[in-house]
Amino acid sequence: MANLRDHMGRPIVAVTGIGVVTSLGVGKKDNWAALTSGKSGIHPITRFPVDQLNTRISGMVDFLPSSSKGASHLTYELAETVAQEAVSEAGLDSGDFGGPLFLASPPVELDWADRFSLYNSDKKDGGSERLLRVARALKELDIFETTQFGSIADRLADRFGTRGLPITLSTACASGATAIQLGVEAIRRGECDKALSIGADGSATAEALIRFSLLSALSTHNDIPEKASKPFSKDRDGFVLAEGSGALVLESLEAALARGATILGIMSGCGEKADDFHRTRSKPDASPAIAAVRAALADAGMSEDEIEYVNAHGTSTPENDKMEHLSLSTVFGERIGSMPVSSNKSMIGHTLSAAGAVEAAFSLMTMRESVIPPTINYDNPDPAIVLDVVPNKKRNAEVGTVLSNSFGFGGQNTCLVMAREPV
Amino acid sequence: MSSHDVVITGIGLVSSLGEGPDAHWQKLTQPGFQPVLEAERFAPYTIHPLPEIDWNLQIAKRGDQRQMETWQRLGTYAAGLALDDAGIKGNDELCTTMDMVVAAGGGERDEAVDAAILAASESRNDRDVLLNEKLTTELRPTLFLAQLSNLLAGNISIVHKVTGSSRTFMGEEGAGVSAVETAAARIRSGQSTHVLVGGAFQTEHSDMLLGYELAGYLHRGPWKPVWQRQGSEGGGVVTGSGGAFLVLEQREHAENRGRKIYAELGPVVSGRARRRRGELNAAIAALLKQAALPDGDLLTISAASGAHAATAAEKAVLDANPALAVRAFSTLTGHMKEAQFPFAVALAAMAVDRKAGYPVFDATVERPFEGTPTSVLATAIGYHQFEGLGLVKAA
Repeated sequence: MANLRDHMGRPIVAVTGIGVVTSLGVGKKDNWAALTSGKSGIHPITRFPVDQLNTRISGMVDFLPSSSKGASHLTYELAETVAQEAVSEAGLDSGDFGGPLFLASPPVELDWADRFSLYNSDKKDGGSERLLRVARALKELDIFETTQFGSIADRLADRFGTRGLPITLSTACASGATAIQLGVEAIRRGECDKALSIGADGSATAEALIRFSLLSALSTHNDIPEKASKPFSKDRDGFVLAEGSGALVLESLEAALARGATILGIMSGCGEKADDFHRTRSKPDASPAIAAVRAALADAGMSEDEIEYVNAHGTSTPENDKMEHLSLSTVFGERIGSMPVSSNKSMIGHTLSAAGAVEAAFSLMTMRESVIPPTINYDNPDPAIVLDVVPNKKRNAEVGTVLSNSFGFGGQNTCLVMAREPV
Repeated sequence: MSSHDVVITGIGLVSSLGEGPDAHWQKLTQPGFQPVLEAERFAPYTIHPLPEIDWNLQIAKRGDQRQMETWQRLGTYAAGLALDDAGIKGNDELCTTMDMVVAAGGGERDEAVDAAILAASESRNDRDVLLNEKLTTELRPTLFLAQLSNLLAGNISIVHKVTGSSRTFMGEEGAGVSAVETAAARIRSGQSTHVLVGGAFQTEHSDMLLGYELAGYLHRGPWKPVWQRQGSEGGGVVTGSGGAFLVLEQREHAENRGRKIYAELGPVVSGRARRRRGELNAAIAALLKQAALPDGDLLTISAASGAHAATAAEKAVLDANPALAVRAFSTLTGHMKEAQFPFAVALAAMAVDRKAGYPVFDATVERPFEGTPTSVLATAIGYHQFEGLGLVKAA
């Protein structure tokens, strides 16, 4: 019989349901098949015209009914789709989940399509006066709800019957990991037996693309889209903006075993550390990322030697990959050269608010399937980054423990440690 | 009393009334105090504007100030006030181990760029191309960072060096409730020893008004107190710029470093009533039960927004409990969205600490409170969704 409490006497948290959507497809099956065959989901942008844009490729999710309906609708559908997959797999009632909801989603804004349509529905006065006057005459709440930061979670709470006030959060590109961390912590504190943690991001609008582009964060390798995301390569030139979603049903191991659920993995530890150096850049000595990794290991009660694989943040920006290598080589020492470290983003791009959840889902599948997805487009290694990135082809390997990294603008660093089996 | 109790050791407040606990106490305890109003700039909407602020006092570097728009500056400033008040600012050891939960919306868009795009859209059918043309050439690159929700927390890390952890919750008043609730739960369970928690809202921007007005929530016409806006033109909400940050601390941690304790933070409870099904009244009543209110008269600091349906529901439930002497502070500050609940908790803590209640903010509806408040209730019933409340007690 497995221990039900961890090294600190807290309830052990198991994963009993997983859902995922990326540009590679809907659901675990399609995603895993594509991911392990080294397929890229990065493609030319067709959702909006690309005139004037330096970056004309992305990993958008273009195949859902809401894909053309704006960031709020698409983010909701992405979240709902993965939550449904995860809750079904867990064998729980998808209309009466009965635990809290933690949603990582992008900050919302009034979509330009709505802004244009409101503005052009009238000719009197102009500017914001006109928008406000037209707005207050609206008879429906549809547009309003796309501008409320809590609305997507509110709808999801209705749909899945989650308990209490749902938490919507943003820690930028670490958001998905933070949503999982909040769920883990709620179970450990004994506030609930189960939690639904979701990361979803359908916010790849023209304005979002332009904003990241103006910060020189995006790859401009437009000619061969599937080659643009090349983490840890010498010629990496930015990340590829993408959409997707991941969901986990988290459950105390005790509750999961008691109802005979299949244990898909264990959330062993979570660690975080904020960086006070700069709004977009990391401290040059990588000390906050190092501290986050170490905090996750300590939380899991594991030593560095016990981590068998790293699911890297690996964005393909010059800055991140260099900093991440520095942090990993500092924590793991010489062993880092022989430890598999791969980046899912080489295939799916950077799913921003969803990334931590999507990559946690893939990390759990890596352990279950005993297959490590590759880092594709690794044709021109960066000599300053000596890592076993599982280049270009998947690798069959027994993996018992994973470290998954998430780093974001605003000094956000969150790391998760997962294990295949309870200790 | 337990060593893991949550106590309040720092308060940072900014509103149209001024900054800091003292300025707020002084004005809020003046019987018949009249709010600071701005009725012209955003007519037909009245707002409560920011007071004059010397940003340098909390954000020393001009470079940092330039990287932010007013919302982030305001939050960073209010956070600095709270850290100062708790004796944490500038203490490296305490800052690097301090956790942070910020309740945030989004930052300010460039109104001039947006207006130019909208004006041009009247004569263009290729609006998507128009967007690309204008946004690629006219947006200030770093403006994005001033708009990102989690960059208020990011700026607090940079300016005040709070780096234990950094989380940003989104979702209007509910985000403020969850932020306080989560921070308190972390302290009670021993996960955190001291947490910075709060939010800010800067209403003096057309998009911030639009966020309410897309559902017709704003009050129009002459200003009235929160409880008296039913039946008036518009939706009942009068907004205000402001921010509220609290330092929550484990009792033992605060006592060991010899800090003044304002008050203890007791139960914080929250919920999500399905309001379209008419559940709000019953949900508020259930939260009151959960909060285990003490017997006897209870001063109640309400963050009621004035939004017609939510405010009527809250009033009906509070009125049904004759022990509650209610003060709706938004009558005097305006509605500060994500900051509403932290602000309510701050005002409650000040009353407990100073052993005195507030006079009525609206003599026609609120009743006097006599005596010494040893417990004070703080409520935040969202103007559209989510609700929560908390009980603040004498330390």
